[in-house]
Amino acid sequence: MREHEQQRNGPGGFNRRDFLKGSGAVVAATAIATAEQEAQAQKAAAVQGPGKVDVTLTVNGKQHKLSIEPRTTLLDALRDQLNLTGCKDDYDTTSCSGSDTVIIDGKAVYASTRLAIEVQGQKIQTVESLRDGDKIDEVIAGFVKHDAMQCGFCTPGFVMATRAFLNQKPKATLEEIQSGLGGNICRCGTYKGITACALEIAKKGGA
Amino acid sequence: MAERTVSWGPRASNKLIGTETTRLDGVDKASGSAKYTADMNQEGTLYARLLTCKHASAKITRINVEPAKKIAGVHTVYLFKNEGDDCNWDGDIVAAVAAETADIAEDGVRAIEVTFEEHPHVVDEQDLDAARKAEATKEGIVDRTVGDPDKAIAEADVVHEGYYGIHTISHMCLEPHGAHCTWNNGDDGPKLTARHSTQAVSTTGAQFATKFGLDATDVRVICNFIGGGFGSKFAADEWGWAAAQMSKDTGRPVRLMLDRATELKTPGTRPSGFAKVTLAAKKNGLITAWKSHHWGTNGPQGGTIDGNQMPYVFDFENKRVEVTGIKTNCGPNRAWRAPNHPQLCAITDTAMTDLAAKLKMDPIDLYKANLGQLDKVAQENGDLYRAQLDRAAELMEWNKKFHAHGESGGGSVKRGLGVALHRWGGQSVKCEADVRLFEDGAAQVSIGSQDLGTGTRTVIAMVLAETCGLPIEKVTAKLGSSEYVYGNPSGGSITVGSVSGGTRRAALAAVWKLLDKVAAKYELDGKSLTVGNEAVWSGDKKVCSWKDACRLIGSVPISEVGASPLDDGLTSKLVGGVQMADVSVDTDTGIVRINKMVAVQDCGLVINEMTAKSQVYGGLIMGIAYALSEERIMDNKSGRYINADMENYRLPRIGDIGELVVEMYQPDSEYNRGVVGLGEPPVISTGAAIANAVANATGVRVPVLPMTPKRVLDALKGGQA
Repeated sequence: MREHEQQRNGPGGFNRRDFLKGSGAVVAATAIATAEQEAQAQKAAAVQGPGKVDVTLTVNGKQHKLSIEPRTTLLDALRDQLNLTGCKDDYDTTSCSGSDTVIIDGKAVYASTRLAIEVQGQKIQTVESLRDGDKIDEVIAGFVKHDAMQCGFCTPGFVMATRAFLNQKPKATLEEIQSGLGGNICRCGTYKGITACALEIAKKGGA
Repeated sequence: MAERTVSWGPRASNKLIGTETTRLDGVDKASGSAKYTADMNQEGTLYARLLTCKHASAKITRINVEPAKKIAGVHTVYLFKNEGDDCNWDGDIVAAVAAETADIAEDGVRAIEVTFEEHPHVVDEQDLDAARKAEATKEGIVDRTVGDPDKAIAEADVVHEGYYGIHTISHMCLEPHGAHCTWNNGDDGPKLTARHSTQAVSTTGAQFATKFGLDATDVRVICNFIGGGFGSKFAADEWGWAAAQMSKDTGRPVRLMLDRATELKTPGTRPSGFAKVTLAAKKNGLITAWKSHHWGTNGPQGGTIDGNQMPYVFDFENKRVEVTGIKTNCGPNRAWRAPNHPQLCAITDTAMTDLAAKLKMDPIDLYKANLGQLDKVAQENGDLYRAQLDRAAELMEWNKKFHAHGESGGGSVKRGLGVALHRWGGQSVKCEADVRLFEDGAAQVSIGSQDLGTGTRTVIAMVLAETCGLPIEKVTAKLGSSEYVYGNPSGGSITVGSVSGGTRRAALAAVWKLLDKVAAKYELDGKSLTVGNEAVWSGDKKVCSWKDACRLIGSVPISEVGASPLDDGLTSKLVGGVQMADVSVDTDTGIVRINKMVAVQDCGLVINEMTAKSQVYGGLIMGIAYALSEERIMDNKSGRYINADMENYRLPRIGDIGELVVEMYQPDSEYNRGVVGLGEPPVISTGAAIANAVANATGVRVPVLPMTPKRVLDALKGGQA
């Protein structure tokens, strides 16, 4: 019984590179976007590991030197190495609720879908950067004002998704908010407050 | 407070109670500062991963963990099952590995050598004939006849027969079940600290203690924040024990959280129910008979939804109820927000709306025609439903928008309205609140309770602040540790009453002691004094500031423990609630969109209108989920739960909820009866209301929830989904 091996790397399994090679025409459309990332990933894979390697992450404006395995996700590096646990782990390895949303070079990204080693040199922003003691980002203030949270586990990820979205679309409409924040899941049902928060900030022209 | 009676103050005098107050831990949650069990990292914490069975039914013939133990960085392996043990569903946990990193723990899991002998399985919970052939049913769980239903059906003006159902769903807590356990071999402090993701801070410690032969006092349970529970997180659970054992074995803290697939498969599901229903009525809508036979599964135990509460909210003179359970190789059930009620409602209220269609009646009128036939519990709600139906109809603009069954006009997108109603208990249970007033003016309440996201922390702070006449920022509310006074497990909508009753009682007693000290100093009658605006008052004359009053306390704080529940009017029980849905159904694609939902909900005295409404919004959204998209999908051939991940277990996204209108129903009669819990009721009638709206839009009943596009199209084609 070796199902785990099969799923991961046995004959029945496939990895991202196999997928990109095998999916022909579909890949062509995105080839330009992925070629550079692929090249970086292959370069990294060629020379790194399998044991611990030195990785430098730029998180919230500070450089952190880590000694981690190349397979360590950005999520695990942030949470278990740097104790930046605002980025929540929903413990899914195949897909994601968005509870681990961070901002990398201005874009909202699921931290569980990136390896730490591949985001070296990029600007990583976690939710912790939106609070400095009593000084809080307007998105956090808006979430509190509109009670856009219950259990709160999805909330920091939603805050980051909202922050990134409003940075890109400071005057977003309701429809744009509803599609732009569709990458995150809340189980308790707090979407009404989140929408109200984003809409309020957008109506002021962003913040 | 001229007379010292334990009560809530006059409604108009409240500064905080009844207002919309933002939650005290809001910034901590939104900024990521709030630490959940899943976030616990201590010096040396080991991370655990699980080996689970991938078969629906199998015996472990061999298991060898030695290869896992040899991996550098793996510290220990805990066996949930051994050679010879059975695994009874896909996802049944076999072993846990604790290692320096999560990745190494996964290496360990993969290295475990395990072989299974597969056995036949049953995972189909809907096909009763197949289950009977497989001898997997438990017949006659309920088999009850009242009056003479067959005679009533024969004599009825109108008879409706229908088929209805609702599939199993998982709790899908975003923070999985799990614990971070620290075994302490030193002399100081408790032997075991379990930072446990739990709805029961005060009661799980004993379950750890018993397992390890410790005194209950040797275990400390901490849970300041919990990432969802919904009824599934009351126990220490074997994974909690595993984390504790592995910490004991290694001398290191261990964090064990279920992976997402296991979280969906193993620690809880809501049972399914499928029913054949017959309803008989007079022309005026008065229902004269109910017959139902329902079946479904709650996993290996072979139960289904509760037949003793069928039909739901109503009871009829002539009634026959049969229940058949199906033993399946599916994960076991646990209480899911309002256990049984959403399913009972999705069977009862759908059949009633179809009967109304046959009678060419507005379903609201059918409900009203039968308000004299409420069941024994709902009877106590009296005329509440009539008022709530009327108010919900106003908010929905029902009379303007409603059309007869299926008559929504041409075009492929059909629009319709649906209504359903519910009841819930929500009575307080044993709980204590420890209130202290200090000489520096500080006021604190602490309870060994937990805040599931319902706003418990904020509620007790509001009650304390209101009672002391202080702004909420000047009081402290502590929850989440078993070292505080006893707090009830939070399930069944019992918490807000339990904690607020106890807090009010203790705070009043403490304030009265303070006022006696003030009275002694200023030579006044203590009973004539009141607090408010951070001061002590004699009539409208300020005696002294709150701070000056507290200086009289001295070094020994005033401390009072208030117990709940006491029959003194602080709390009450039983709520109703009406919900309405306005949907559009695309008959080409089968996609159902929510245009608008209305919920009118009572819960007695509302302490925090903001978090109360949030509960109702959340109930509506969870209801939209199980009405339209969310279900456990079992593959009959492999016996596996094939959508156990974030992407394929379909939950609504932010754009899928339409306009939500929530009104807390709170005339003075509600304020005067005291506090009742609210967690469960708003999720109950949502599914039935949406299903009824789809039927009203299309003229076709989509019989089984969730109403996925395929089920909608199948129903439109005349097949049964």
